[in-house]
Amino acid sequence: MAERATNTGAGELHALLAEFDDVDAVSGAARALRDAGYRRFEVYSPFPIHGIERSMGLSPTRLPWIALGAGLTGTSLALFFQWWTNAVDYPFKISGKPLFGIPANIPVTFEFTVLLASFGAFFGMLILNRLPEHHRPVFENPRFRRATDDGFFLAVEVDDPRFDPRATRALLEQHTRRPLEECRDSGQTRELPGSVRAALVSVAALGLLPLAGVVWARSQDSSRPPIHVVNDMDSQPRYRAQAANPVFSDGRAMRSDALGTQAFGELPRPGTITTGKQGDAWTESFPVPVTPAFLARGRERFAIYCTPCHGQSGYGDGLVALRAAELQEQNWVQPSSLHDPLVRARPVGQLFDTVVNGVRTMPAYGRQIPREDAWAVVAYVRALQRSQNAAQADVPPTERAKLGAQ
Amino acid sequence: MTVSDTSRLVLDEPYARPILVDGARDLASITDRVCGVVERPTPPRAWYVAITITSCLTLMLFAMVGYLIATGVGVWGNNSPAFWGWDIVNFVFWVGIAHAGTLISAILFLLRQKWRTSINRAAEAMTLFAVCCAGLYPAVHVGRVWVAYWLFPVPNQMQMWPNFRSPLLWDVFAVSTYATVSLLFWYMGLLPDLATLRDRATSGLKRGLYGFFALGWCGSARHWQRFERAYLILAALATPLVLSVHSVVSFDFAVSQVPGWHTTIFPPYFVAGAIFSGFGMVVTTMVPARELFGLKELITLRHLENMNKVILATGSIVGLAYATEFFIAWYGGNPYERFVFLNRALGPYWWAYWLMIFCNVVAPQFLWIKKIRTNLLFMFVISIFVNIGMWLERFVIVVTSLTRDYIPSSWGYFKPTAVDVCTFVGTIGLFLTLFLLFCRFLPMVAIAEVKTILPAAHGHGAHGKHGGEGRPGREVSHG
Ligand code: HEC
Repeated sequence: MAERATNTGAGELHALLAEFDDVDAVSGAARALRDAGYRRFEVYSPFPIHGIERSMGLSPTRLPWIALGAGLTGTSLALFFQWWTNAVDYPFKISGKPLFGIPANIPVTFEFTVLLASFGAFFGMLILNRLPEHHRPVFENPRFRRATDDGFFLAVEVDDPRFDPRATRALLEQHTRRPLEECRDSGQTRELPGSVRAALVSVAALGLLPLAGVVWARSQDSSRPPIHVVNDMDSQPRYRAQAANPVFSDGRAMRSDALGTQAFGELPRPGTITTGKQGDAWTESFPVPVTPAFLARGRERFAIYCTPCHGQSGYGDGLVALRAAELQEQNWVQPSSLHDPLVRARPVGQLFDTVVNGVRTMPAYGRQIPREDAWAVVAYVRALQRSQNAAQADVPPTERAKLGAQ
Repeated sequence: MTVSDTSRLVLDEPYARPILVDGARDLASITDRVCGVVERPTPPRAWYVAITITSCLTLMLFAMVGYLIATGVGVWGNNSPAFWGWDIVNFVFWVGIAHAGTLISAILFLLRQKWRTSINRAAEAMTLFAVCCAGLYPAVHVGRVWVAYWLFPVPNQMQMWPNFRSPLLWDVFAVSTYATVSLLFWYMGLLPDLATLRDRATSGLKRGLYGFFALGWCGSARHWQRFERAYLILAALATPLVLSVHSVVSFDFAVSQVPGWHTTIFPPYFVAGAIFSGFGMVVTTMVPARELFGLKELITLRHLENMNKVILATGSIVGLAYATEFFIAWYGGNPYERFVFLNRALGPYWWAYWLMIFCNVVAPQFLWIKKIRTNLLFMFVISIFVNIGMWLERFVIVVTSLTRDYIPSSWGYFKPTAVDVCTFVGTIGLFLTLFLLFCRFLPMVAIAEVKTILPAAHGHGAHGKHGGEGRPGREVSHG
């Protein structure tokens, strides 16, 4: 290693740099400086020198407190978060365990404590040491490279109030045979050029854009289906209602029960009440007594089972029909208007049969609607038909006056 | 400065200090020796041969994982009743191996076992690489990999949170915390050595790269002071962490009600097994690596012997745990438990069980003999047995219990598929590839740390009265 005294750099004088033979020499010099009241000096060595902080008069580092603070933050954050997510925001009942209980929540709390405390220790060390700091005036001295190999250095900064070009030099020379060097700060590499910095900042800002887009999209309400990168089970190949399927001889994709299929408890009892027929003809009269309560039941059932297609007042304009119209579905058969003269002319037995067994494209509701309720629905359909096709003469005389008043 | 008169280093300690570093070593020659491995223009031919093979295996791993993701978990042998198969076996196997690194760097550090200094770097790197292999399995075995982030408590449009009382979630936290802290610990230890490489670099590219990652480390006393403190804190944190990780992994089993899994012995038994397997893997990789890179004087026979002693001790603990499990199964009087353990030894997987007993309990006992303990070939063979045995242990635990639980009508026999086998072999390839790259591009031995155990670090006691520094034989550094 060349031991020429080189005054590197052209900038301002930053520090006086001395190299030492060994640990003892550099520690001795540090003690001498400390005792002489110097503060702004630094020892550089390839490995930590035991006790050097005392020789230099350094105070202990705050790092343990930072790590402790970070660790305690981790403990409380983890406990709070587990309690809030599993007991408050989304109460998660499982295996009869309490929503929040210390034993089951300890492992995550422990791990998070360790994680944050480690972050505190590591990043605390970096921040207190002001790392990363790629430029230091001492780095400009080529000899200084040995500080990470086998060199022991000591630099006294000119900023030190005690610094005196001659006295400091004399003090250091008592401890080392090697020539001292002036360490100048050319400041050349200290800052990135403005253009590079502008480029970095704009790249970072552009990098945030997609994230901002996601956040914005997330905060909006939309009626469109969510965008899924992988479609999971969102769109599976399937036939839609009323679609055609050439595989079957009748061309229907929706299959009806195989012939003769009979569900439990639904063995048809013979008689008008289950068939809607009297002899071979559709019955014209109700096989059950029609009371106001019966009609009310029919109205309720109608609202549940029929309005989606036929609409509240039976004109065939239910939500399903409107939606089909909006989507301009091909092959869509409009639900009949119940006020169509043809439908109005149907005997009640046939209407009953329509509800229970379906008709053409209308599915059968016999499975969902018990027979008695089907009669109630039919009774209500009749009332509905009547209401939409009534003449003034149909209104009882006592009520007729009110009509005129309105 | 030279210490050519000191051909064997003996530190003055309460008990006779063993040789930590062989040969005449001064500060510069330590730097030269370790950095030389990284700086030589071409690595040894064996390195090329090895990395060619291992990177092919790694490519195979990627292909297998790609196939799995595109097709589904059905390409593995997991099927009713064994819904956990090689994926979980391999996960636990690799996590176990990951324990040696942090144990060496943290626990041995706190116990002031100075011999750790020349092996901790490589062992910590192995920890990281093993965690990579381990973490792969849970990530891909969920099936729909693209929603693997559901494992973490991320706000989502389903407005759901994960269940924090489930051991599977504990596992997510334990393994990811472990990976992060190990990485920090390893990287922090690397800082001064990266600075050494930066300052020795001959090309601008190397100087830039090493310099970037060295973060401008300059070796100032103030920096060292905080560095050592941070290292001590990280070691103190990593010690309970390393014990917690395999305990939590064992909870995945112990908290369930499957016979053979639902036992309280699992956490300590898993931790002992993890250390056992981890040291096994360290010996397996260090024996050839020190040969290959000429680091025999830094990683001495003495180091290997110490590791073999740890293998012997933990292997015996594992053997004791096997015996205890059997005793408790009988003593506890639970017929299902009794059946499962008899079934392990005598049932359809008897071959796995007895092979495991041979590898884990019988083979390490040879290490009582000093001749074997210090013979490279013997210790290498035994360490291979340990690796195999510990893999079999996880296989026996996972598979025997699942294929023989309460309802005989759902009993089965687990058979791995070719994809299972290729994936596992692929992870071995990944592990070794990363390790070989590490050996080539980063200092395998903690240079700054090894320097602290040289006499040059101690001074000559000329100024002893001032602060105690420099007394001969005094402990010099924490890190
Ligand atoms: C899924 C939609 C849908 C529901 C629900 C529905 N229908 Fe229909 N309905 C139709 C369609 C479509 C038609 C026309 C069928 C055709 O012409 O092919 C129809 C036709 C009818 C007809 C005329 C039949 C004829 O003889 O021409 C009656 C009466 C009827 N529905 C009554 C009901 C009653 C009562 C209910 C409630 C139990 C009901 N519908 C529920 C879709 C529905």
